[in-house]
Amino acid sequence: MIGFLRNREWNWLSSGILLGLVFFVTVAVVKPIGVSTQFVILDGIVWNSISKDLVVKDEKAKKGYSSPNTYLNKSGGKYAKNIANPVNYSFIFVIAMFMGGFLAYRLQSSPDSKEDRSMPKVWRDNFGSSSTKRYLFVFLGGFLVLVGARLAGGCSSGHMMSGMMQTSVSGYMFAIVTFLVAVPTARILYKR
Amino acid sequence: MTQTVLAIVFGLLFGFVLYRSGAANPQRIIDMLRLKDAHLVKVILMAIGTSSLLLFISANMGLIAPHFSVKTAYVGVVVGAVIFGAGWALSGFCLGTSVAVAGTGRKDAWVFILGGLLGAFVYMVIYSDIKDTVLFDKLFDGKATLVDTGVSNYHILIEGVSTMSVAGGLAILFIIIAFILPASKKI
Repeated sequence: MIGFLRNREWNWLSSGILLGLVFFVTVAVVKPIGVSTQFVILDGIVWNSISKDLVVKDEKAKKGYSSPNTYLNKSGGKYAKNIANPVNYSFIFVIAMFMGGFLAYRLQSSPDSKEDRSMPKVWRDNFGSSSTKRYLFVFLGGFLVLVGARLAGGCSSGHMMSGMMQTSVSGYMFAIVTFLVAVPTARILYKR
Repeated sequence: MTQTVLAIVFGLLFGFVLYRSGAANPQRIIDMLRLKDAHLVKVILMAIGTSSLLLFISANMGLIAPHFSVKTAYVGVVVGAVIFGAGWALSGFCLGTSVAVAGTGRKDAWVFILGGLLGAFVYMVIYSDIKDTVLFDKLFDGKATLVDTGVSNYHILIEGVSTMSVAGGLAILFIIIAFILPASKKI
């Protein structure tokens, strides 16, 4: 058991079953897992700390908060409320995910190579080992992933995993289109 | 209070398992997308199959009252998935995996998250300009599922067949495909 927890990487079967269990238990007990919304909440917290009137108490709003920003104000001020009260399930969940990754890394019996941790080998093989270049494109990647996830209303966790397990049509749509674009993109970018 | 404890326990578990599954390794993601390594596809199919099977069986038997929550289908899901797919292939990270691996101090994951925070911010600002466009036109009546989940306002695509046979059949199909796909090479 301890040895299993300390393994660097699990085989596909153990990984798939355990990941499936986590998704099942969360839907059974609380709600489906989602991550991308919390990026909006964190932005909102930072923005709100600079300009105090981004989120205001509003008794007329369904959730009790409103915002001059249309996005934060939608669904009765749902996001505005979470920015005003960040200590809630979804936000803490994402913070705990950081700690989960940290724990996995610290417990690991054999360390990853320094090179692999700075950038994946496939990147190095195709684009060289400049970290500036890697950071530039990863930044762009993060930008695109978040714009895409927000426009779609979810990401791989929310749409693909949590959605498809519930046989959600939007989940299937998201997953199919994502792979239809990502596979040719990766094959063109990473020839070596 | 209970919610906070649950959030910590489940978040820890999810981050830990994501990391151990190899999904937090951008090499694995890119190799999956350029069709060189089936490891992660097998993991994803197995995870969806397992969770879906457990969900529908236990709900069917009345063991749990599951918190179904299905997202709306609209044009933006397709357009967003196109943008998401490009960024995913380029970086080798998606949101959950970048968070789990950023926790280990990996620098490119942190840069990815910074890019993501800017992306979310830009979206927040432009939302009022795009919200009345065709991007938000609903598809399949909005919230739709393949089978009857027992949630009354969801549009059901496949009617007249038992929920268990379709949902269970799909889940088992995913699991079978996961087993059939070739085992991965070691990194």
